[in-house]
Amino acid sequence: MDFTLKIWRQENAAVKGKFVTYQINDISPDSSFLEMLDQLNESLIDKVQKPVCFDSDCREGICGACGLYINGRPHGPDDAITTCQLHMRKFKSGQTIVIEPWRAKPFPIIKDLVVDRSSFDKIIEAGGYVSVNTGGVPDANSIPIPKANADLAMDAAACIGCGACVAACKNASAMLFVSAKVAHLSLLPQGRVEAKERVRKMVDTMDELGFGNCTNTGACEAECPKEISLTNIARLNREYYAAKLS
Amino acid sequence: MTDLKAKIPEGPLAEKWTRFKGNQKLVNPANKRKLDVIVVGSGLAGASAAASLGELGFNVKVFCYQDSTRRAHSIAAQGGINAAKNYPNDGDSVWRLFHDTIKGGDYRSREANVYRLAEVSGNIIDQCVAQGVPFAREYGGLLDNRSFGGAQVSRTFYARGQTGQQLLLGAYSALSRQVNKGSLEVFARTEMLDLVVVDGKARGIITRDLATGEIQRHSAHAVVVASGGYGNVFFLSTNAMGSNASAAWQCFKKGACFANPAYAQIHPTCIPVHGSFQSKLTLMSESLRNDGRIWVPKNKEDAEKIRKGTLKPTDLKEEDRDYYLERRYPAFGNLVPRDVASRAAKERCDAGYGVGTGLAVYLDFADAINRLGRDVIEARYGNLFQMYEKITDENPYETPMMIYPAIHYTMGGIWVDYELQTTVPGLFAIGEANFSDHGANRLGASALMQGLADGYFVLPYTIQNYLADEIKTPRLETSHPAFDEAEKAISERIDQLFSIQGTKSVDSFHKRLGAVMWDFVGMARNKEGLQQAIDQIVQIKKDFWSDVRIPGDKSELNPELEKAGRVADFIELGELMARDALQREESCGGHFREEYQTEEGEALRNDDQYRYVGAWEYKGADQEPVLHKEDLIFEYIQVKQRNYK
Repeated sequence: MDFTLKIWRQENAAVKGKFVTYQINDISPDSSFLEMLDQLNESLIDKVQKPVCFDSDCREGICGACGLYINGRPHGPDDAITTCQLHMRKFKSGQTIVIEPWRAKPFPIIKDLVVDRSSFDKIIEAGGYVSVNTGGVPDANSIPIPKANADLAMDAAACIGCGACVAACKNASAMLFVSAKVAHLSLLPQGRVEAKERVRKMVDTMDELGFGNCTNTGACEAECPKEISLTNIARLNREYYAAKLS
Repeated sequence: MTDLKAKIPEGPLAEKWTRFKGNQKLVNPANKRKLDVIVVGSGLAGASAAASLGELGFNVKVFCYQDSTRRAHSIAAQGGINAAKNYPNDGDSVWRLFHDTIKGGDYRSREANVYRLAEVSGNIIDQCVAQGVPFAREYGGLLDNRSFGGAQVSRTFYARGQTGQQLLLGAYSALSRQVNKGSLEVFARTEMLDLVVVDGKARGIITRDLATGEIQRHSAHAVVVASGGYGNVFFLSTNAMGSNASAAWQCFKKGACFANPAYAQIHPTCIPVHGSFQSKLTLMSESLRNDGRIWVPKNKEDAEKIRKGTLKPTDLKEEDRDYYLERRYPAFGNLVPRDVASRAAKERCDAGYGVGTGLAVYLDFADAINRLGRDVIEARYGNLFQMYEKITDENPYETPMMIYPAIHYTMGGIWVDYELQTTVPGLFAIGEANFSDHGANRLGASALMQGLADGYFVLPYTIQNYLADEIKTPRLETSHPAFDEAEKAISERIDQLFSIQGTKSVDSFHKRLGAVMWDFVGMARNKEGLQQAIDQIVQIKKDFWSDVRIPGDKSELNPELEKAGRVADFIELGELMARDALQREESCGGHFREEYQTEEGEALRNDDQYRYVGAWEYKGADQEPVLHKEDLIFEYIQVKQRNYK
């Protein structure tokens, strides 16, 4: 398969970026999207040019490192996958593919397609945990948890922190990300103890970091590679109001 | 002369750990505040150790090359974590987990370490549940278990097919809490490039900020390496793209012995290789072997028709299929340990019975779907099936999966004593980075167990036995000449890499190395092949240092430079692996020497001559490394030929 690639190139955060067009041929449909970019980079190195920088690590859709805006969609034209799980068979030979980084103020560009998502870590550091020290905890089976709750908590906990929700949102809101952690922990008895403090701190930190507000467009849910549900945001709102009112 | 003192406590096996804890030195809270600890790596071992040390009151610095500590490759572990809880009442115990692990490792691990691992395994589950890890549960609200290879009990706890993710996020949340409390500082996108040793003790590291290229110095009273395994020596593996051995390799070059490098685990159930552009291999969890049945056609003609696409696997009659694991190992069937299952797949494919490209076998769920219904299978393995379909474009509910073995885990690693301390005082190694618990083969769902055992429940104790003697040691200024020297060496190496301005990319050398490793130091090894591998690796090293091309600049984000440093180290480690495989003239676990096998083709150990840990000491760039031997003494387990029949 042959493609025309329009890729965002930017030396660093201080300088302006621009689209650069590349032609790449003879790509196998079984190649993954990132393997296609690997091949582009090999050809650039051959020509003594700088390869395109992009983040990726596990390449099996779980670490959350990769994330490209492909033809106007986070993680590209397939549902419920990360960029590394996207395969070229989802494209047509001869197609033009536009590749951009996540675009959101709280995710400044480091270089080319690589952005700084440390703001997500800061939100978790604000309270996205259960305050237990190592050791001195009760036996695991002394806390029975209804299967339905455990399953819902697991659904929310599946978030990989890739940032597609923020990139998809016209407001660059991190509500889906924050709600996934709040919902995961608020659904479990272990997490209820400090639920109020947690939601207050996490939401406040999210606001301080410059993420936008949620206007319920649902773009985040539509593009989430792990299909984190919008109902988590409803749960977050409920937790937040309850915390604010008490 | 390096002396390998394992420092195993006296007393009966079941009391050793308790005795150690009762007699070890501790550091009081006021002194903890004065002591700094560096942790390199933020996977299960690193994150859990860092969080626990921070809670105790030490000042902790954590380093990871990823953009967040939450992305370490522990996150990709799918199937589960073992613990001797015996919740299913099926006969499990600390002793049985200990026994299965020693046997699974083909009697090449230390009894005392493995017993301690089994002993603390239950605490890990308690800890994770308390953190909010959403393990799978029964309708009564209690935890569910499943079975893994090499065991006849169900002792594996799991969170769908994302157990590693959930455990890592638990450790990451504990780590994040310490960041909030100010006891822990995270340096993400930062790679360790050297270990700084002062007066024979590990006192700091040199790092590179990957985003800016800045070289930095960090001092501490102890350094903990939790940088994972070295499977990427093979280029294609189930490891992450960035997984590397450089931190461990720098420790080796600064005096830490490297043990059993030849012990690499080949996982039997990975998605087969599909092309030369492939960047990595994807694992299909071992848990699939609970319900999936592995087979190839009984007749070569059928296998050939399937490969040509003129026969569908679903059309092949039951009597024309060879369920070779069930045939060869009736007691364990499809749940034999990984090394056994991998070799059996290779044997069938080499004999001409492979499907797909010829290097693949079937993992078939048709029976399980008939027996349990599609819904049950979907609930158990839905995300794995989806992952498979995304990669291969085939629906495993309708046609059997194709799988083939791939490099997955490395049992070898930095040599450590019972206290997880290396041969360099003040330098500790935990998790996959050390060699300690899995012998020559790791059982499924035991990597997560070991990483968290080391990080939560072992190192936080044992490191104090060392640090208690360091309470009067003042913080080391990073202007110390040892830092100058280390930084200078690092800068020179980077400049040298850029100065080559050769014609070939870093990846091209990595692929060459990988091909040599897979062909000669992979699933089956022999003397001639290993000698050939060493010669070829020496040539690759020469070519690399004279013809590699690294575009760009050192003071910017430059993935080619990062890869170059890692591949340079992989090349040297690859050579050491071949050397180790060559000296070990026996077959054990993941190390299979074709010259040493039973008539049925099983691994043939030589306990009289090779019942030791082989720990290599670095002697300088132009010198051959020296092998030291730590004899393994089995006082409690009867050493036998492994039998899964």
